[in-house]
Amino acid sequence: MLKQKNFLAVGAVTLAALLLLSLPQRVTARLKLAVGSLFLPLSGLAGTAQQLPADAADQLLPRRELLQEIRNLQQEIQALKVQALQNASMARENEQLRSLIHWQQQAPWKIKLANVVMRDPANWWRTVEIDLGSRDGVTNNMPVLTAEGLVGRVAAVWPTHAQVALIGDPNCRVSAEVENPAHDLGVLYADGTVDTTLANLTDLSGTAVVKPGQEVKTSGLGEVFPKGITIGRIVDSRSVEFGQSTEARVKLGANLGTLDQVGVLFR
Amino acid sequence: MSKPNTTLIYVAAYLAVFGQAALPGARHWLGAQVDLLPALMVYTALHAGLVNLSLLAVLGGVFIDSLSENPFGISILPLFLVGYVIYQQRDLILRDLPFAQFVMGAAASAAVPPLTVLLLLTGGKPLLLGWGSLWQWAVMTAGGAAATPLMFAGFRWFNHVFSYKIHSESSFRPDREIRRNR
Repeated sequence: MLKQKNFLAVGAVTLAALLLLSLPQRVTARLKLAVGSLFLPLSGLAGTAQQLPADAADQLLPRRELLQEIRNLQQEIQALKVQALQNASMARENEQLRSLIHWQQQAPWKIKLANVVMRDPANWWRTVEIDLGSRDGVTNNMPVLTAEGLVGRVAAVWPTHAQVALIGDPNCRVSAEVENPAHDLGVLYADGTVDTTLANLTDLSGTAVVKPGQEVKTSGLGEVFPKGITIGRIVDSRSVEFGQSTEARVKLGANLGTLDQVGVLFR
Repeated sequence: MSKPNTTLIYVAAYLAVFGQAALPGARHWLGAQVDLLPALMVYTALHAGLVNLSLLAVLGGVFIDSLSENPFGISILPLFLVGYVIYQQRDLILRDLPFAQFVMGAAASAAVPPLTVLLLLTGGKPLLLGWGSLWQWAVMTAGGAAATPLMFAGFRWFNHVFSYKIHSESSFRPDREIRRNR
């Protein structure tokens, strides 16, 4: 009797697992959404709990310090307004020059800010969940960045949230360009599983002259990431495969381990 | 096993998975996130029946896969396998000794990640693996081992607070009292 019960349990669990694994991707996406939404009340509570100490600290700030902060911000706004004017005139000039030589016009980037609400509980993926979804116009493969640089791309979208595959995740390969005279091209992979501040720039040509400190940006190839988004800076490089190609370590601009807020780039 | 305790197992699984996804503490300092489900599986295998064990494996696996890039349902079998092996040997395990709990927690936490990775690799999924994965595995094993006795203590406390205490009857019976006259 006991043995029969054991066989039943083993059979039922194996069957359930196999059934779930063999479901079509669209159905599993819906199931993931349904089960994942069970955690929404808790994530809301956690967000509020994290905000509470910050709110309490704000209450304790002296008025004099706040007024000084306002004055500083007003000065900064004035400086940025002047800079924006200058940038606008340069953009106009750029557009005129592009139309003169019949180059394709560049559309301006539109960025929507999102909060990072959760991280992948498994250690063999590098993804985060953000609180923007298809309801906000987010679609698959949209680039995600911070002011410091590229973060990754949108890998899955649900109505209220989306999953972002970060640089280094097996599902996020970035075609990158080194800002050197030859504009060497490579592909960005993870550099180890623990350190999220470094990435590995591989598939550079064997003759590439890559020096520490050189900037690395997206190349625009692959049609996921637009050209020119900052990724990071070269730390060091080495020749691999008997000089056939070069690999370089890149210090990422954005710290992927401490992401709180990111921007989703709409094109 | 009392009903509140059984319910608490599922609530604990829900909270453990949420904690793993929302609290970056261990990942930030140690470079790896500790998985608490194997520790919970040890408790369930030693204190609850096969039905609860199976349900926890399915629910816990589904919870963790819904918040992860894992294929949906891949975490069920490793959790169940570990729980089932412990369940089969439960009569030989000194379940009330913290050291035994620690060892069982370490063994379960060490077994679940490689089994999951093996299943993922069998399915042809490219994973983020390297030498650093050994460190992550060590952190997960140590974290799971440390969490298991704490989990046992937590459940014991819960049981103590929320369960009816067994009323011990006195052997004194007034109808059989021998009354002596002066």
